Amino acid sequence: MIVVEKLTKQFKGQVVLNGIDLEVKEGEVVAIIGPSGSGKTTFLRCLNFLEEPTSGRIKVGDIEIDTSRPLNQQQSLVRNLRQHVGFVFQNFNLFPHRTALENVIEGPIVVKKMPRDQAVALGKKLLTKVGLAGKEDAYPRRLSGGQQQRVAIARALAMEPEVILFDEPTSALDPELVGEVLATIRGLAEENRTMVIVTHEMGFARDVANRVVFFDKGVIVEQGEAKALFADPKEERTKQFLSKFLNHA
Amino acid sequence: MEEAFQLALDSAPFLLKGAYYTVVLSLGGMFFGLLLGFGLALMRLSRFKSVSWLARIYVSFFRGTPLLVQLFVIYYGLPQLGMELDPLPAALIGFSLNMAAYACEILRAAIGSIERGQWEAAASIGMTRAQTLRRAILPQAMRTALPPLGNSFISLVKDTALAATIQVPELFRQAQLITARTFEVFTMYLLDSGHGAFALAEQVGRAGQSARPGVLTR
Repeated sequence: MIVVEKLTKQFKGQVVLNGIDLEVKEGEVVAIIGPSGSGKTTFLRCLNFLEEPTSGRIKVGDIEIDTSRPLNQQQSLVRNLRQHVGFVFQNFNLFPHRTALENVIEGPIVVKKMPRDQAVALGKKLLTKVGLAGKEDAYPRRLSGGQQQRVAIARALAMEPEVILFDEPTSALDPELVGEVLATIRGLAEENRTMVIVTHEMGFARDVANRVVFFDKGVIVEQGEAKALFADPKEERTKQFLSKFLNHA
Repeated sequence: MEEAFQLALDSAPFLLKGAYYTVVLSLGGMFFGLLLGFGLALMRLSRFKSVSWLARIYVSFFRGTPLLVQLFVIYYGLPQLGMELDPLPAALIGFSLNMAAYACEILRAAIGSIERGQWEAAASIGMTRAQTLRRAILPQAMRTALPPLGNSFISLVKDTALAATIQVPELFRQAQLITARTFEVFTMYLLDSGHGAFALAEQVGRAGQSARPGVLTR
C-alpha cells in the first residue's frame, strides 16, 4: 500500500531524515514512536508532501512520486496522492468558519465534486460513526478538543482514503479527552483500515498497532510486531526509550 | 442665520451634483482599488520572488508618494506622454491605484494571519491553492481585513476632496465655486461636513457590525 525508499529530508543543512525505507501493507496499522526530534512527525508529513522530502521515492497505491524531481512540476500528482491519503493533525485544523458537517463534506464537494445531498448523507453517516450525531451544525469553537479531533477524523474519512495518517492525534488534548479519540481510532483499526500513527501513547500503540517502528535521529532503529517489540526490544536505544516511558507512566 | 440657511438651500442642487462625484470617486476608488489590491496581494504571496518583488515596488511607490502628487502626475503629467484624461477618469484612476496599495497590504496581512494549519488541512484533502484560498483562507481573512479596509475607505472618502485640484466638480470643488461667488466662506465648512457625513454613515454601519454579540467572548 505504501512503499517508501531511501527517504531523506534536510532542513537548512540539518539532516532530519536519513534514508528511511518502510513498507506498509494493506490493512496494517503501523505505530511510529520515538523521542521528540527523532523525525517521526517529519516522516509522516513527508508521506503526503506537507513537507517536501529532499530525496527518495514514495509510492501510495498506484501513485508514485520521485522526490528528486521538483515538486511543483508534479503538483497534480501530489494532489492526487493526497486525495488517497487522509491526514489527521495534532491541532485538528478544522475550518473554524464551517460547521462540523460542512468541515466533513468540504472535501467530497469541492475536490471530488460529489453532489451536495449525497455528500451531506455521507457526512452525517461519518459524524454518527465518530459519535457526534446531533453535532452537525455546531461550529468547531463550540466543540471540545476531543470532539473537534473526531470531526477531523470524519473529515479525513469523507475522502474515502486508502490510508490515514495520524500525527500525534491526542497530544493537544486534555487527558480526560484522550480516551474518546483513541477509541475512535481503535474502531477504525478494527475495520482493517490502513493507518500510520505517530503517537506517544505507548499502551495504545501496543494494543492497536500491528507493527511498531522506533525512530531515533532520523533513522529507523528498530521495528517489529507491536507486542513483541514492547515486551522484548532488541536495540539498546529502544530499551532506553521504552524504559524512560515506563518510569514516567 | 436665515441668510445662511437660504444660501444652503439655494446651493443644494449644485452641492448634490458635487456629492454625486464624491460618491462616485469614493465607491469607484474603493471597488477598483480592492480589485487591484487583491491581485497585488496575491502577487506579494507568490512563491516567485520576482512577482512578489514587483508588487512590493508598486506598494512602496504608491504609499510613499503624496496622493496629491499622484493625481497631478496622472492629470497634468500624462498628457506630456500623449495620454490625455478627463478629470473624472484621471481622479478615479489615481484613487484606485492609491487605494490598491493600501488594500494590498491589508489583504496580505490578513491572509498571512491565517495559520499554516489551515492551508495544510485544505491541502490534506487534495484542494488546489485556488480552492484553498477561496474556500478556507479568504472567508477567514476577510473578517480580519474588514476593519482596516473600513479605515481606508473613510480616508478615501475624505481624500476625494483632493480631486478638486484637478478640476473634478466634486463636493469640495463646488463649495469653492460657491464661495468664490458669494464670499460666504462659512459655507465651506458646511460642505466639508458633507464629506464627513459619508464617512460617518460608514462608521455607524461598522459600529453596528462590531456590536455583534459574541465577538468578545470568542
